Amino acid sequence: MKILVCIKQVPQKDAPLKLNESGTWIREDVSYEVNEPDAYALEEALRQKEKHGGEVVVITSGPARSQQVLREALAKGADRAIHLEDNAFVGLDAFNTARVFAAAIKDEQFDLIFTGLQSDDYGYAQTGVVLAELLGWPHATIIMQIEKSDAGIRVKRELEAGFFQFVDMPLPAVLTIQSGINKLRYATLIGIKNAKNKPLRKVTLAEVQSAIGENLQKIERMYIPQKTKKTEFLEGSSSEIAKKLVDKLRNEVRVL
Amino acid sequence: MTDTILVVVEQREGKLNRVSWETIAAGQALAAETGWTLEAAIVGSVGDLAKEVAGKKVSKVYEIESPKLAPYTPDAFSVALKQFIESKQPKLVLMPHTYQVRDFVPKLATAMGRTVISDCIGYKKEGDKLVFTRQMLQGKFSADVSFTSDAPWFVTFQNGAFRGDKAEAGSAAAPVETVNVEIADNIVRNKPHEVFKEAKQAVDLTQAEIIVSVGRGIKEQKNIELAKQLAEALGGEISASRPICDAGWLPMDRQIGSSGQTVAPKLYLALGISGAIQHIVGMKGSRTVVAINKDSEAPIFEIADYAVVGNLFEVVPPLIEEVKKAKAGG
Repeated sequence: MKILVCIKQVPQKDAPLKLNESGTWIREDVSYEVNEPDAYALEEALRQKEKHGGEVVVITSGPARSQQVLREALAKGADRAIHLEDNAFVGLDAFNTARVFAAAIKDEQFDLIFTGLQSDDYGYAQTGVVLAELLGWPHATIIMQIEKSDAGIRVKRELEAGFFQFVDMPLPAVLTIQSGINKLRYATLIGIKNAKNKPLRKVTLAEVQSAIGENLQKIERMYIPQKTKKTEFLEGSSSEIAKKLVDKLRNEVRVL
Repeated sequence: MTDTILVVVEQREGKLNRVSWETIAAGQALAAETGWTLEAAIVGSVGDLAKEVAGKKVSKVYEIESPKLAPYTPDAFSVALKQFIESKQPKLVLMPHTYQVRDFVPKLATAMGRTVISDCIGYKKEGDKLVFTRQMLQGKFSADVSFTSDAPWFVTFQNGAFRGDKAEAGSAAAPVETVNVEIADNIVRNKPHEVFKEAKQAVDLTQAEIIVSVGRGIKEQKNIELAKQLAEALGGEISASRPICDAGWLPMDRQIGSSGQTVAPKLYLALGISGAIQHIVGMKGSRTVVAINKDSEAPIFEIADYAVVGNLFEVVPPLIEEVKKAKAGG
Protein backbone atom coordinates (compact mmCIF):
# COMPACT_ATOMS: atom_id res chain seq x y z
CA MET A 1 0.00 0.00 0.00
CA LYS A 2 1.15 3.47 -0.81
CA ILE A 3 0.38 5.78 2.09
CA LEU A 4 0.71 9.55 2.43
CA VAL A 5 0.94 10.94 5.96
CA CYS A 6 0.18 14.64 6.52
CA ILE A 7 2.28 15.98 9.37
CA LYS A 8 2.14 19.37 11.03
CA GLN A 9 4.76 21.13 13.09
CA VAL A 10 3.23 22.81 16.14
CA PRO A 11 4.60 24.74 19.15
CA GLN A 12 5.92 22.48 21.90
CA LYS A 13 3.37 21.69 24.58
CA ASP A 14 5.19 23.47 27.39
CA ALA A 15 6.62 26.30 25.28
CA PRO A 16 5.79 29.76 26.69
CA LEU A 17 3.81 31.50 23.96
CA LYS A 18 3.45 35.20 23.23
CA LEU A 19 1.04 37.01 20.94
CA ASN A 20 2.47 38.51 17.76
CA GLU A 21 2.34 42.25 17.09
CA SER A 22 -0.95 42.17 15.24
CA GLY A 23 -2.49 40.03 17.99
CA THR A 24 -3.74 37.47 15.50
CA TRP A 25 -1.35 34.58 16.16
CA ILE A 26 1.67 33.75 18.27
CA ARG A 27 5.25 34.90 17.87
CA GLU A 28 7.12 32.33 15.84
CA ASP A 29 10.31 32.29 17.93
CA VAL A 30 9.32 29.26 20.00
CA SER A 31 10.32 25.60 20.09
CA TYR A 32 8.36 23.30 17.82
CA GLU A 33 7.51 19.62 17.72
CA VAL A 34 5.45 17.15 15.71
CA ASN A 35 1.71 17.43 16.25
CA GLU A 36 1.07 14.45 18.51
CA PRO A 37 -1.79 12.75 16.63
CA ASP A 38 0.28 13.04 13.43
CA ALA A 39 3.06 11.03 15.10
CA TYR A 40 0.53 8.24 15.66
CA ALA A 41 -0.61 8.56 12.03
CA LEU A 42 2.98 8.10 10.86
CA GLU A 43 3.51 5.12 13.16
CA GLU A 44 0.35 3.48 11.80
CA ALA A 45 1.50 4.03 8.21
CA LEU A 46 4.88 2.45 8.99
CA ARG A 47 3.15 -0.56 10.59
CA GLN A 48 0.84 -0.99 7.59
CA LYS A 49 3.84 -0.90 5.27
CA GLU A 50 5.66 -3.49 7.39
CA LYS A 51 2.61 -5.76 7.11
CA HIS A 52 1.62 -5.23 3.49
CA GLY A 53 4.63 -3.66 1.76
CA GLY A 54 4.44 -0.45 -0.21
CA GLU A 55 5.66 3.04 0.46
CA VAL A 56 5.22 5.71 3.14
CA VAL A 57 5.46 9.33 2.01
CA VAL A 58 5.25 12.27 4.42
CA ILE A 59 4.12 15.79 3.59
CA THR A 60 4.09 19.07 5.47
CA SER A 61 3.70 22.76 4.72
CA GLY A 62 5.48 25.63 6.42
CA PRO A 63 8.77 27.53 6.54
CA ALA A 64 12.25 25.94 6.61
CA ARG A 65 11.91 25.01 10.30
CA SER A 66 9.11 22.58 9.54
CA GLN A 67 11.50 20.36 7.56
CA GLN A 68 12.49 18.96 10.96
CA VAL A 69 9.25 16.95 11.24
CA LEU A 70 9.91 15.40 7.83
CA ARG A 71 13.51 14.50 8.78
CA GLU A 72 12.23 12.83 11.94
CA ALA A 73 9.66 10.88 9.93
CA LEU A 74 12.32 9.75 7.43
CA ALA A 75 14.53 8.67 10.33
CA LYS A 76 11.67 6.58 11.72
CA GLY A 77 11.23 4.81 8.38
CA ALA A 78 9.25 6.93 5.93
CA ASP A 79 10.58 6.49 2.38
CA ARG A 80 10.41 10.04 1.09
CA ALA A 81 9.10 13.48 1.92
CA ILE A 82 7.35 16.43 0.31
CA HIS A 83 7.86 19.90 1.78
CA LEU A 84 5.66 22.79 0.74
CA GLU A 85 8.15 25.34 1.89
CA ASP A 86 7.02 28.89 2.49
CA ASN A 87 6.02 30.98 5.46
CA ALA A 88 2.80 31.85 3.63
CA PHE A 89 1.48 28.31 4.18
CA VAL A 90 1.28 28.89 7.95
CA GLY A 91 -1.64 31.29 7.65
CA LEU A 92 -3.80 29.14 5.39
CA ASP A 93 -7.13 27.87 6.68
CA ALA A 94 -8.03 24.16 6.51
CA PHE A 95 -9.72 24.55 3.12
CA ASN A 96 -6.65 26.13 1.49
CA THR A 97 -4.20 23.79 3.24
CA ALA A 98 -6.10 20.81 1.85
CA ARG A 99 -6.11 22.43 -1.60
CA VAL A 100 -2.35 22.93 -1.69
CA PHE A 101 -1.79 19.35 -0.48
CA ALA A 102 -4.08 18.09 -3.24
CA ALA A 103 -2.16 20.17 -5.78
CA ALA A 104 1.22 18.93 -4.54
CA ILE A 105 0.24 15.25 -4.91
CA LYS A 106 -1.74 15.49 -8.15
CA ASP A 107 0.72 13.24 -10.02
CA GLU A 108 0.89 10.62 -7.25
CA GLN A 109 -1.36 7.62 -6.70
CA PHE A 110 -1.87 6.85 -3.04
CA ASP A 111 -4.08 4.12 -1.61
CA LEU A 112 -4.44 5.87 1.73
CA ILE A 113 -3.88 9.31 3.20
CA PHE A 114 -3.52 9.64 6.97
CA THR A 115 -3.74 12.77 9.07
CA GLY A 116 -3.84 13.19 12.83
CA LEU A 117 -7.41 13.74 14.05
CA GLN A 118 -6.69 17.40 14.81
CA SER A 119 -3.81 19.77 15.39
CA ASP A 120 -2.64 20.98 18.77
CA ASP A 121 -2.40 24.59 17.54
CA TYR A 122 -5.56 25.49 15.56
CA GLY A 123 -7.49 22.39 16.53
CA TYR A 124 -10.00 22.78 13.68
CA ALA A 125 -10.11 19.01 13.02
CA GLN A 126 -10.97 19.57 9.37
CA THR A 127 -8.02 19.31 6.98
CA GLY A 128 -8.22 15.53 6.47
CA VAL A 129 -11.95 15.49 5.77
CA VAL A 130 -11.72 18.53 3.49
CA LEU A 131 -8.90 16.83 1.56
CA ALA A 132 -11.03 13.69 1.10
CA GLU A 133 -13.86 15.75 -0.34
CA LEU A 134 -11.53 17.65 -2.70
CA LEU A 135 -10.11 14.35 -3.96
CA GLY A 136 -13.56 12.75 -4.16
CA TRP A 137 -12.46 9.94 -1.80
CA PRO A 138 -14.35 8.37 1.10
CA HIS A 139 -13.07 9.07 4.58
CA ALA A 140 -13.43 8.00 8.19
CA THR A 141 -12.40 9.91 11.28
CA ILE A 142 -10.93 9.20 14.73
CA ILE A 143 -9.56 5.80 13.74
CA MET A 144 -8.27 3.29 16.30
CA GLN A 145 -7.55 0.26 14.07
CA ILE A 146 -6.98 -0.47 10.38
CA GLU A 147 -7.13 -3.87 8.69
CA LYS A 148 -6.81 -4.68 5.03
CA SER A 149 -9.82 -6.54 3.62
CA ASP A 150 -10.67 -8.05 0.24
CA ALA A 151 -12.64 -5.03 -0.89
CA GLY A 152 -10.52 -2.37 0.75
CA ILE A 153 -10.11 -1.77 4.46
CA ARG A 154 -11.99 -2.29 7.70
CA VAL A 155 -11.41 0.50 10.23
CA LYS A 156 -12.47 0.94 13.84
CA ARG A 157 -13.92 4.39 14.54
CA GLU A 158 -13.94 5.80 18.02
CA LEU A 159 -17.30 7.31 18.92
CA GLU A 160 -18.07 9.25 22.06
CA ALA A 161 -18.58 7.90 25.58
CA GLY A 162 -16.66 4.68 25.07
CA PHE A 163 -18.48 3.48 21.94
CA PHE A 164 -16.81 2.16 18.80
CA GLN A 165 -17.84 1.07 15.33
CA PHE A 166 -16.25 -0.95 12.54
CA VAL A 167 -16.63 0.49 9.05
CA ASP A 168 -15.81 -1.22 5.74
CA MET A 169 -14.63 1.13 3.05
CA PRO A 170 -13.07 1.03 -0.41
CA LEU A 171 -9.67 2.46 -1.36
CA PRO A 172 -8.36 5.01 -1.94
CA ALA A 173 -9.48 6.70 1.29
CA VAL A 174 -8.53 9.34 3.83
CA LEU A 175 -8.35 8.42 7.53
CA THR A 176 -7.86 10.73 10.50
CA ILE A 177 -5.95 8.88 13.20
CA GLN A 178 -6.59 9.02 16.95
CA SER A 179 -3.72 9.28 19.44
CA GLY A 180 -3.04 5.98 21.19
CA ILE A 181 -3.88 3.76 18.17
CA ASN A 182 -0.42 2.23 18.55
CA LYS A 183 2.83 2.60 20.47
CA LEU A 184 5.24 5.08 18.94
CA ARG A 185 8.73 3.98 17.94
CA TYR A 186 11.90 5.96 18.37
CA ALA A 187 14.22 6.71 15.49
CA THR A 188 17.35 4.53 15.54
CA LEU A 189 20.84 5.87 14.93
CA ILE A 190 21.01 3.98 11.66
CA GLY A 191 17.60 5.39 10.76
CA ILE A 192 18.78 8.93 11.39
CA LYS A 193 21.84 8.28 9.25
CA ASN A 194 19.82 6.76 6.41
CA ALA A 195 17.33 9.62 6.49
CA LYS A 196 19.95 11.98 5.11
CA ASN A 197 19.97 10.11 1.80
CA LYS A 198 16.20 9.81 1.40
CA PRO A 199 14.47 11.99 -1.21
CA LEU A 200 12.84 15.21 -0.04
CA ARG A 201 10.93 17.10 -2.71
CA LYS A 202 10.46 20.80 -2.13
CA VAL A 203 7.39 22.49 -3.51
CA THR A 204 7.45 26.27 -3.76
CA LEU A 205 4.53 28.59 -3.16
CA ALA A 206 4.57 29.49 -6.86
CA GLU A 207 4.01 25.86 -7.88
CA VAL A 208 0.72 25.61 -5.97
CA GLN A 209 -0.32 29.27 -6.00
CA SER A 210 -3.14 28.61 -8.44
CA ALA A 211 -4.75 26.25 -5.91
CA ILE A 212 -4.92 28.88 -3.19
CA GLY A 213 -8.03 30.99 -2.90
CA GLU A 214 -8.94 33.60 -0.32
CA ASN A 215 -9.14 32.15 3.16
CA LEU A 216 -12.80 31.52 4.00
CA GLN A 217 -12.35 32.45 7.66
CA LYS A 218 -10.15 34.89 9.47
CA ILE A 219 -8.77 35.28 12.98
CA GLU A 220 -9.80 38.82 13.92
CA ARG A 221 -7.90 38.81 17.19
CA MET A 222 -6.38 36.44 19.67
CA TYR A 223 -6.09 37.01 23.42
CA ILE A 224 -5.56 35.36 26.78
CA PRO A 225 -8.92 33.90 27.78
CA GLN A 226 -10.91 35.69 30.43
CA LYS A 227 -11.31 33.72 33.58
CA THR A 228 -14.82 32.55 34.25
CA LYS A 229 -14.04 31.29 37.72
CA LYS A 230 -12.54 33.01 40.72
CA THR A 231 -9.41 31.06 41.46
CA GLU A 232 -7.77 31.13 44.86
CA PHE A 233 -4.05 30.50 44.64
CA LEU A 234 -2.62 28.67 47.65
CA GLU A 235 0.96 29.64 48.42
CA GLY A 236 3.68 28.84 50.91
CA SER A 237 5.87 25.87 51.65
CA SER A 238 4.63 22.44 50.59
CA SER A 239 3.45 21.61 54.10
CA GLU A 240 1.71 25.00 54.45
CA ILE A 241 -0.03 24.46 51.11
CA ALA A 242 -1.10 20.98 52.22
CA LYS A 243 -2.59 22.38 55.46
CA LYS A 244 -4.39 25.22 53.65
CA LEU A 245 -5.82 22.86 51.06
CA VAL A 246 -7.08 20.39 53.65
CA ASP A 247 -8.68 23.30 55.50
CA LYS A 248 -10.53 24.29 52.30
CA LEU A 249 -11.56 20.70 51.59
CA ARG A 250 -12.95 20.37 55.09
CA ASN A 251 -14.59 23.74 55.68
CA GLU A 252 -15.57 24.98 52.23
CA VAL A 253 -15.74 22.04 49.85
CA ARG A 254 -16.92 19.86 52.73
CA VAL A 255 -15.62 16.56 51.46
CA LEU A 256 -13.53 15.67 54.51
CA MET B 1 -37.88 37.60 4.08
CA THR B 2 -35.68 37.55 7.14
CA ASP B 3 -32.54 35.50 7.36
CA THR B 4 -32.64 32.12 9.01
CA ILE B 5 -30.54 30.31 11.56
CA LEU B 6 -30.71 26.54 11.18
CA VAL B 7 -29.80 24.28 14.08
CA VAL B 8 -29.11 20.69 13.07
CA VAL B 9 -29.79 18.54 16.13
CA GLU B 10 -28.20 15.13 16.62
CA GLN B 11 -29.80 11.81 17.39
CA ARG B 12 -28.00 8.77 18.60
CA GLU B 13 -29.56 5.36 18.65
CA GLY B 14 -33.02 6.87 18.39
CA LYS B 15 -32.53 9.43 21.16
CA LEU B 16 -31.68 13.10 20.95
CA ASN B 17 -28.11 13.77 21.97
CA ARG B 18 -28.48 16.08 24.99
CA VAL B 19 -25.90 18.45 23.56
CA SER B 20 -28.49 19.32 20.90
CA TRP B 21 -30.35 21.43 23.50
CA GLU B 22 -27.20 23.48 23.99
CA THR B 23 -27.09 24.22 20.27
CA ILE B 24 -30.80 25.15 20.36
CA ALA B 25 -30.03 27.53 23.26
CA ALA B 26 -27.16 29.04 21.22
CA GLY B 27 -29.50 29.45 18.25
CA GLN B 28 -32.15 31.13 20.41
CA ALA B 29 -29.58 33.58 21.80
CA LEU B 30 -28.31 34.38 18.31
CA ALA B 31 -31.84 34.73 16.95
CA ALA B 32 -32.76 37.17 19.74
CA GLU B 33 -29.73 39.29 18.99
CA THR B 34 -29.92 39.30 15.18
CA GLY B 35 -33.68 39.22 14.73
CA TRP B 36 -33.24 36.22 12.43
CA THR B 37 -35.68 33.32 12.35
CA LEU B 38 -34.66 30.12 14.14
CA GLU B 39 -35.41 26.74 12.60
CA ALA B 40 -34.23 23.25 13.45
CA ALA B 41 -33.61 20.12 11.42
CA ILE B 42 -33.08 16.51 12.30
CA VAL B 43 -31.46 14.19 9.79
CA GLY B 44 -32.91 10.68 9.49
CA SER B 45 -35.48 11.31 12.20
CA VAL B 46 -36.77 8.47 14.37
CA GLY B 47 -40.13 8.35 16.17
CA ASP B 48 -41.19 11.56 17.87
CA LEU B 49 -37.81 13.27 18.07
CA ALA B 50 -38.89 16.12 15.79
CA LYS B 51 -41.90 16.77 18.06
CA GLU B 52 -39.60 16.92 21.06
CA VAL B 53 -37.58 19.64 19.33
CA ALA B 54 -40.78 21.41 18.20
CA GLY B 55 -41.64 21.99 21.85
CA LYS B 56 -38.82 24.50 22.06
CA LYS B 57 -39.01 28.09 20.91
CA VAL B 58 -38.25 27.56 17.21
CA SER B 59 -40.25 28.58 14.13
CA LYS B 60 -40.18 25.23 12.44
CA VAL B 61 -38.67 21.76 12.62
CA TYR B 62 -37.71 19.79 9.52
CA GLU B 63 -37.34 16.04 9.38
CA ILE B 64 -34.88 15.32 6.58
CA GLU B 65 -35.71 11.84 5.34
CA SER B 66 -34.28 9.14 3.11
CA PRO B 67 -33.94 5.39 3.65
CA LYS B 68 -30.21 5.88 3.05
CA LEU B 69 -29.74 8.03 6.17
CA ALA B 70 -29.65 5.05 8.53
CA PRO B 71 -27.16 3.99 9.64
CA TYR B 72 -25.15 7.22 9.73
CA THR B 73 -22.57 7.72 6.98
CA PRO B 74 -20.74 10.97 6.16
CA ASP B 75 -21.60 10.54 2.47
CA ALA B 76 -25.39 10.35 2.99
CA PHE B 77 -25.55 13.05 5.68
CA SER B 78 -23.46 15.42 3.61
CA VAL B 79 -25.52 14.95 0.45
CA ALA B 80 -28.84 15.20 2.33
CA LEU B 81 -27.91 18.38 4.15
CA LYS B 82 -26.41 19.95 1.03
CA GLN B 83 -29.73 19.48 -0.82
CA PHE B 84 -31.70 20.79 2.11
CA ILE B 85 -29.49 23.81 2.77
CA GLU B 86 -29.35 24.75 -0.91
CA SER B 87 -33.12 24.79 -1.08
CA LYS B 88 -33.75 26.60 2.25
CA GLN B 89 -30.71 28.90 2.13
CA PRO B 90 -30.20 29.55 5.85
CA LYS B 91 -27.68 32.24 6.66
CA LEU B 92 -26.15 30.42 9.61
CA VAL B 93 -26.02 26.68 10.28
CA LEU B 94 -25.28 25.61 13.86
CA MET B 95 -24.37 22.13 15.09
CA PRO B 96 -22.87 20.62 18.23
CA HIS B 97 -19.16 19.74 17.90
CA THR B 98 -19.70 16.01 18.31
CA TYR B 99 -17.61 13.22 16.82
CA GLN B 100 -20.38 12.65 14.28
CA VAL B 101 -20.55 16.29 13.23
CA ARG B 102 -16.75 16.43 12.99
CA ASP B 103 -17.02 13.46 10.65
CA PHE B 104 -19.30 15.05 8.06
CA VAL B 105 -19.49 18.83 8.43
CA PRO B 106 -16.07 19.69 6.87
CA LYS B 107 -17.11 17.54 3.89
CA LEU B 108 -20.51 19.23 3.64
CA ALA B 109 -19.03 22.73 3.82
CA THR B 110 -16.33 21.89 1.28
CA ALA B 111 -18.90 20.44 -1.11
CA MET B 112 -20.68 23.80 -0.92
CA GLY B 113 -17.45 25.82 -1.24
CA ARG B 114 -17.86 27.05 2.32
CA THR B 115 -16.04 26.70 5.63
CA VAL B 116 -16.76 25.69 9.22
CA ILE B 117 -15.67 27.63 12.28
CA SER B 118 -15.43 24.61 14.52
CA ASP B 119 -15.51 23.93 18.25
CA CYS B 120 -16.64 27.44 19.25
CA ILE B 121 -17.32 28.43 22.84
CA GLY B 122 -19.31 31.58 22.16
CA TYR B 123 -20.10 34.39 19.75
CA LYS B 124 -20.11 38.18 19.66
CA LYS B 125 -22.12 40.55 17.54
CA GLU B 126 -19.99 43.51 16.58
CA GLY B 127 -22.10 45.93 14.59
CA ASP B 128 -23.39 43.90 11.66
CA LYS B 129 -20.66 41.34 11.99
CA LEU B 130 -20.78 38.06 13.85
CA VAL B 131 -17.55 36.66 15.26
CA PHE B 132 -17.23 33.27 16.87
CA THR B 133 -14.93 32.62 19.78
CA ARG B 134 -12.86 29.45 19.86
CA GLN B 135 -9.90 28.19 21.81
CA MET B 136 -6.47 28.05 20.20
CA LEU B 137 -3.25 26.30 21.15
CA GLN B 138 -4.92 23.88 23.56
CA GLY B 139 -6.85 26.60 25.35
CA LYS B 140 -3.90 28.88 26.07
CA PHE B 141 -5.54 31.55 23.90
CA SER B 142 -8.99 32.44 22.68
CA ALA B 143 -9.58 33.84 19.23
CA ASP B 144 -12.49 35.68 17.64
CA VAL B 145 -12.94 34.25 14.16
CA SER B 146 -15.07 35.69 11.38
CA PHE B 147 -16.33 34.42 8.04
CA THR B 148 -14.78 36.03 4.97
CA SER B 149 -16.92 33.92 2.65
CA ASP B 150 -20.57 34.09 1.66
CA ALA B 151 -23.34 32.40 3.65
CA PRO B 152 -24.28 29.76 4.56
CA TRP B 153 -21.89 29.98 7.47
CA PHE B 154 -21.26 26.76 9.37
CA VAL B 155 -20.47 26.88 13.08
CA THR B 156 -20.05 24.06 15.59
CA PHE B 157 -20.22 24.65 19.34
CA GLN B 158 -18.19 22.85 21.97
CA ASN B 159 -19.99 20.59 24.42
CA GLY B 160 -20.89 22.74 27.43
CA ALA B 161 -20.50 26.10 25.65
CA PHE B 162 -24.19 26.87 26.25
CA ARG B 163 -26.64 25.72 28.90
CA GLY B 164 -28.96 23.09 27.46
CA ASP B 165 -31.45 23.64 30.28
CA LYS B 166 -31.72 27.29 29.19
CA ALA B 167 -33.26 26.30 25.84
CA GLU B 168 -36.61 28.08 25.99
CA ALA B 169 -39.84 26.23 25.43
CA GLY B 170 -42.17 27.66 22.78
CA SER B 171 -45.66 29.05 23.57
CA ALA B 172 -47.08 26.49 21.15
CA ALA B 173 -45.54 23.51 19.36
CA ALA B 174 -43.70 24.53 16.21
CA PRO B 175 -44.86 22.97 12.92
CA VAL B 176 -42.97 19.87 11.78
CA GLU B 177 -42.35 19.38 8.08
CA THR B 178 -40.93 16.26 6.47
CA VAL B 179 -38.51 16.88 3.62
CA ASN B 180 -37.55 13.89 1.49
CA VAL B 181 -34.12 14.01 -0.08
CA GLU B 182 -32.79 12.02 -3.01
CA ILE B 183 -29.61 10.07 -2.37
CA ALA B 184 -28.41 8.14 -5.43
CA ASP B 185 -27.37 4.50 -5.07
CA ASN B 186 -23.66 5.05 -5.59
CA ILE B 187 -23.31 7.91 -3.08
CA VAL B 188 -22.74 5.92 0.10
CA ARG B 189 -19.33 4.27 0.02
CA ASN B 190 -18.73 3.33 3.67
CA LYS B 191 -20.46 0.32 5.20
CA PRO B 192 -20.76 0.84 8.95
CA HIS B 193 -21.33 -2.06 11.35
CA GLU B 194 -23.23 -1.97 14.63
CA VAL B 195 -22.05 0.45 17.30
CA PHE B 196 -20.57 -1.37 20.29
CA LYS B 197 -18.97 -0.76 23.65
CA GLU B 198 -15.58 -2.24 24.40
CA ALA B 199 -15.51 -4.87 27.18
CA LYS B 200 -17.62 -3.69 30.08
CA GLN B 201 -16.34 -0.72 32.01
CA ALA B 202 -15.00 -1.82 35.34
CA VAL B 203 -15.51 1.56 36.96
CA ASP B 204 -18.27 4.08 36.60
CA LEU B 205 -16.48 7.31 37.41
CA THR B 206 -19.66 9.30 36.87
CA GLN B 207 -20.86 8.14 40.29
CA ALA B 208 -17.67 9.12 42.15
CA GLU B 209 -17.90 12.08 44.54
CA ILE B 210 -14.17 12.61 44.73
CA ILE B 211 -11.78 12.09 41.81
CA VAL B 212 -8.01 12.45 41.77
CA SER B 213 -6.88 12.75 38.17
CA VAL B 214 -3.37 12.61 36.74
CA GLY B 215 -1.86 14.08 33.58
CA ARG B 216 1.48 14.23 31.86
CA GLY B 217 2.99 16.04 34.84
CA ILE B 218 3.08 12.71 36.69
CA LYS B 219 6.07 11.98 34.42
CA GLU B 220 6.54 8.24 35.06
CA GLN B 221 4.33 5.23 35.48
CA LYS B 222 5.68 4.49 38.97
CA ASN B 223 4.53 7.92 40.16
CA ILE B 224 0.89 6.92 39.58
CA GLU B 225 1.18 5.20 42.97
CA LEU B 226 1.47 8.59 44.68
CA ALA B 227 -1.79 9.76 43.11
CA LYS B 228 -3.44 6.48 44.09
CA GLN B 229 -2.42 7.03 47.70
CA LEU B 230 -3.99 10.48 47.63
CA ALA B 231 -7.19 9.12 46.09
CA GLU B 232 -7.31 6.41 48.73
CA ALA B 233 -6.74 8.87 51.57
CA LEU B 234 -9.58 11.03 50.24
CA GLY B 235 -11.83 8.04 49.64
CA GLY B 236 -12.05 8.83 45.94
CA GLU B 237 -11.39 7.27 42.55
CA ILE B 238 -8.36 7.74 40.36
CA SER B 239 -8.62 8.86 36.74
CA ALA B 240 -6.39 10.36 34.08
CA SER B 241 -6.14 12.46 30.96
CA ARG B 242 -5.83 10.73 27.63
CA PRO B 243 -2.01 10.53 27.27
CA ILE B 244 -1.74 8.58 30.53
CA CYS B 245 -4.22 5.96 29.32
CA ASP B 246 -2.66 5.91 25.84
CA ALA B 247 0.63 5.04 27.51
CA GLY B 248 -1.09 2.21 29.40
CA TRP B 249 -0.27 3.65 32.83
CA LEU B 250 -3.95 3.47 33.77
CA PRO B 251 -6.69 1.48 32.00
CA MET B 252 -8.73 3.23 29.29
CA ASP B 253 -11.89 3.09 31.43
CA ARG B 254 -10.28 5.60 33.81
CA GLN B 255 -9.95 8.24 31.13
CA ILE B 256 -11.76 11.57 31.54
CA GLY B 257 -12.50 13.72 28.52
CA SER B 258 -14.21 13.85 25.16
CA SER B 259 -13.16 10.31 24.31
CA GLY B 260 -13.59 8.98 27.84
CA GLN B 261 -16.02 9.56 30.67
CA THR B 262 -17.72 12.84 31.56
CA VAL B 263 -17.81 13.43 35.30
CA ALA B 264 -19.17 16.01 37.73
CA PRO B 265 -17.90 15.05 41.20
CA LYS B 266 -17.94 17.23 44.31
CA LEU B 267 -14.17 17.42 44.14
CA TYR B 268 -11.92 17.03 41.11
CA LEU B 269 -8.27 17.19 42.03
CA ALA B 270 -6.07 17.54 38.94
CA LEU B 271 -2.42 16.58 39.34
CA GLY B 272 -0.09 17.65 36.54
CA ILE B 273 -2.94 18.11 34.09
CA SER B 274 -2.44 21.04 31.71
CA GLY B 275 -6.11 21.19 30.78
CA ALA B 276 -6.39 20.59 27.04
CA ILE B 277 -9.90 21.23 25.74
CA GLN B 278 -10.50 17.51 25.21
CA HIS B 279 -9.92 16.91 28.90
CA ILE B 280 -11.80 19.96 30.19
CA VAL B 281 -15.04 18.97 28.46
CA GLY B 282 -15.05 15.81 30.54
CA MET B 283 -14.75 17.45 33.96
CA LYS B 284 -15.77 21.09 33.87
CA GLY B 285 -19.09 20.26 35.51
CA SER B 286 -17.22 19.36 38.71
CA ARG B 287 -18.43 21.32 41.73
CA THR B 288 -14.94 22.13 42.96
CA VAL B 289 -11.74 21.87 40.95
CA VAL B 290 -8.34 21.82 42.62
CA ALA B 291 -5.35 21.99 40.28
CA ILE B 292 -1.71 21.37 41.08
CA ASN B 293 0.61 22.15 38.19
CA LYS B 294 4.10 23.59 37.84
CA ASP B 295 3.17 25.68 34.78
CA SER B 296 1.42 28.84 36.00
CA GLU B 297 -0.06 29.34 32.53
CA ALA B 298 -1.66 25.90 32.31
CA PRO B 299 -5.26 26.29 31.07
CA ILE B 300 -6.51 24.06 33.92
CA PHE B 301 -6.08 27.04 36.24
CA GLU B 302 -8.75 28.90 34.25
CA ILE B 303 -11.38 26.62 35.68
CA ALA B 304 -9.79 25.84 39.06
CA ASP B 305 -11.35 26.99 42.34
CA TYR B 306 -8.12 26.32 44.23
CA ALA B 307 -4.79 26.41 42.49
CA VAL B 308 -1.31 25.40 43.51
CA VAL B 309 1.50 26.45 41.20
CA GLY B 310 4.26 24.07 42.16
CA ASN B 311 5.87 20.68 42.02
CA LEU B 312 3.25 18.02 42.66
CA PHE B 313 5.92 15.63 43.97
CA GLU B 314 6.61 18.08 46.80
CA VAL B 315 3.01 19.02 47.52
CA VAL B 316 1.23 15.66 47.35
CA PRO B 317 3.12 13.72 50.07
CA PRO B 318 2.37 16.26 52.85
CA LEU B 319 -1.16 16.59 51.46
CA ILE B 320 -1.72 12.84 51.90
CA GLU B 321 -0.54 13.13 55.52
CA GLU B 322 -2.79 16.11 56.24
CA VAL B 323 -5.80 14.37 54.68
CA LYS B 324 -5.16 11.29 56.81
CA LYS B 325 -4.89 13.45 59.92
CA ALA B 326 -8.13 15.25 59.11
CA LYS B 327 -9.92 11.95 58.47
CA ALA B 328 -8.66 10.61 61.76
CA GLY B 329 -10.40 13.54 63.40
CA GLY B 330 -7.25 15.57 63.90
